[in-house]
Amino acid sequence: MSNSNHVTTEKTIDFRGGGFAPKSKKWLGFVVFFFILAFIEIGTRVGFISNLTLPRPSDVFTTFLELWESGLLWEHLIPSLTRLFVGASIGSSLGICVGILIGLFSLARGSLVPVIAAIFPIPKIALLPLFVIWFGIDETSKYALIAFGTFTPTVVATYGAVDNVDRSLIRMGQSFSLSWFSIVTKIVLPGAMPGILSGLRISLAIAIILLVAAEMLGAEYGIGAYILEAGSLYNLERLFTGVAILSILGVSVSATIGMVENRLLDWRT
Amino acid sequence: MDLRLQGIGHQYGSMEIMQDINLDIPAGKIVCIVGPSGCGKSTLLRIIGGLEKATSGRVIQIGEPPSESINPLTYIFQDFALLPWRTVEGNISLVLEDHGIRGSKANAIITDVLARTKLTDFRKAYPKQLSGGMKQRVAISRALAVKPAVMLMDEPLSALDSQTRELLMDDLINLWTREPFTAVYVTHNLNEAVRLGHSIVVLSRRPGKIREVVDIATPLADRKLGDVELERQQEHLWNLMREEAVEADKELIDV
Ligand SMILES: Nc1ncnc2c1ncn2[C@@H]1O[C@H](COP(=O)(O)OP(=O)(O)OP(=O)(O)O)[C@@H](O)[C@H]1O
Ligand SMILES: [Mg+2]
Repeated sequence: MSNSNHVTTEKTIDFRGGGFAPKSKKWLGFVVFFFILAFIEIGTRVGFISNLTLPRPSDVFTTFLELWESGLLWEHLIPSLTRLFVGASIGSSLGICVGILIGLFSLARGSLVPVIAAIFPIPKIALLPLFVIWFGIDETSKYALIAFGTFTPTVVATYGAVDNVDRSLIRMGQSFSLSWFSIVTKIVLPGAMPGILSGLRISLAIAIILLVAAEMLGAEYGIGAYILEAGSLYNLERLFTGVAILSILGVSVSATIGMVENRLLDWRT
Repeated sequence: MDLRLQGIGHQYGSMEIMQDINLDIPAGKIVCIVGPSGCGKSTLLRIIGGLEKATSGRVIQIGEPPSESINPLTYIFQDFALLPWRTVEGNISLVLEDHGIRGSKANAIITDVLARTKLTDFRKAYPKQLSGGMKQRVAISRALAVKPAVMLMDEPLSALDSQTRELLMDDLINLWTREPFTAVYVTHNLNEAVRLGHSIVVLSRRPGKIREVVDIATPLADRKLGDVELERQQEHLWNLMREEAVEADKELIDV
């Protein structure tokens, strides 16, 4: 290549192998939140954001403190958390079971996949009146709505995850004469776990949305009822307090799943 | 325990993969199977171990496996097939648990097989922490743990670099010399075949038939690099394989 008649140039080869490996930098999220809130706070104080557009973050915070001190916070939060917990547990555990059945048995796959495909796109909120007729106006209908709403995405995520389990590992299990039960519990389930957990993230977000919807349609207490009341009075501080509580709820749920993932899937990284 | 393949033929849909394979696999011998890509070597191995049903013919087991054999027909896979969520130890105990071997008994077996494959220090490591050669040694020790009567190996060394392959071949020869095992060894690599095989079965292009069986009398332990007799055998095998490949190419042109 190098020829004595030419001047050879030297140059370091540029690094081009970076990226595509996002790491979560926890503090970055807080910084972003902080800047957004600071921006709104300054905007509303200086006046380039009118008070009718957005409430002041500091006022929202005061409202939140009042809610806390009056004890009303827990009166709204506890029923909401209970509904979320009961509904989502029923829905996602049934969903995982049905998803595994679909992933393992032709009979279940043939019969249930079309049914799931048919009910997946139904906006579950539209069914709330039906659930009220079936289960009554009290808690049961709310549990049912949330359970139903988390059920379908969990099923789809689970059987997709089971389908994606490395067949060669299953074949390995068979070649060592492992029992059917062992193959399912020691190979299929752990192999499907990453997919199941990421499905659960989506299902639980849906559960929070449905929780609020159900509470808006008929509940005395609950975050949804609180937001609805604030909205009908055009009390933006309260409205945003409610919304902030929901966001915090969402972040906590996602963080919990993240912790579970770190525990169960530490073999991945 | 010997195995006998009797008139094995197989089809996927209307495609004929192999025809009329008759072969004896005597106890304590390593039978290598070579042949052009796609001639059905992996399929044949799956049929021998009962992971696939042949369309015709049958695989017969002659005699009983030794009573201490936990899983008589045991595979070693080309892609290792280790569970990434279990440690080396966990991967081995996986295949023992189901046969009711736990606790100190399992522990003793694991310690023994890891020592035999020189993996003692990696007992608690996860597969992702191991190199390819080490993963394959884990797979070999897992196979040894169930005391197979016949080992079914599908290109076990193909995923490895040539130095690691040499070393692992030596390991296999040592294992065999210390305690002869029966094996069916599928490979692309003719050098592996002449180093490890007591007999070498050459399959023809698809549909696979037995083209020739070459027996090599030299004891495994005496097969050194550059052995004239082995080189001659390897060349003979290579000529057979080349004919098949040329024929296969011609068929492609005719189509
Ligand atoms: N599950 C399957 N369904 C349909 N065809 C298959 C299946 N598995 C293998 N085949 C076909 O059978 C033929 C033999 O496959 P096999 O994997 O046994 O070949 P092989 O001799 O092991 O090849 P290689 O040396 O490349 O590993 C191939 O032509 C392949 O296309
Ligand atoms: Mg193959």
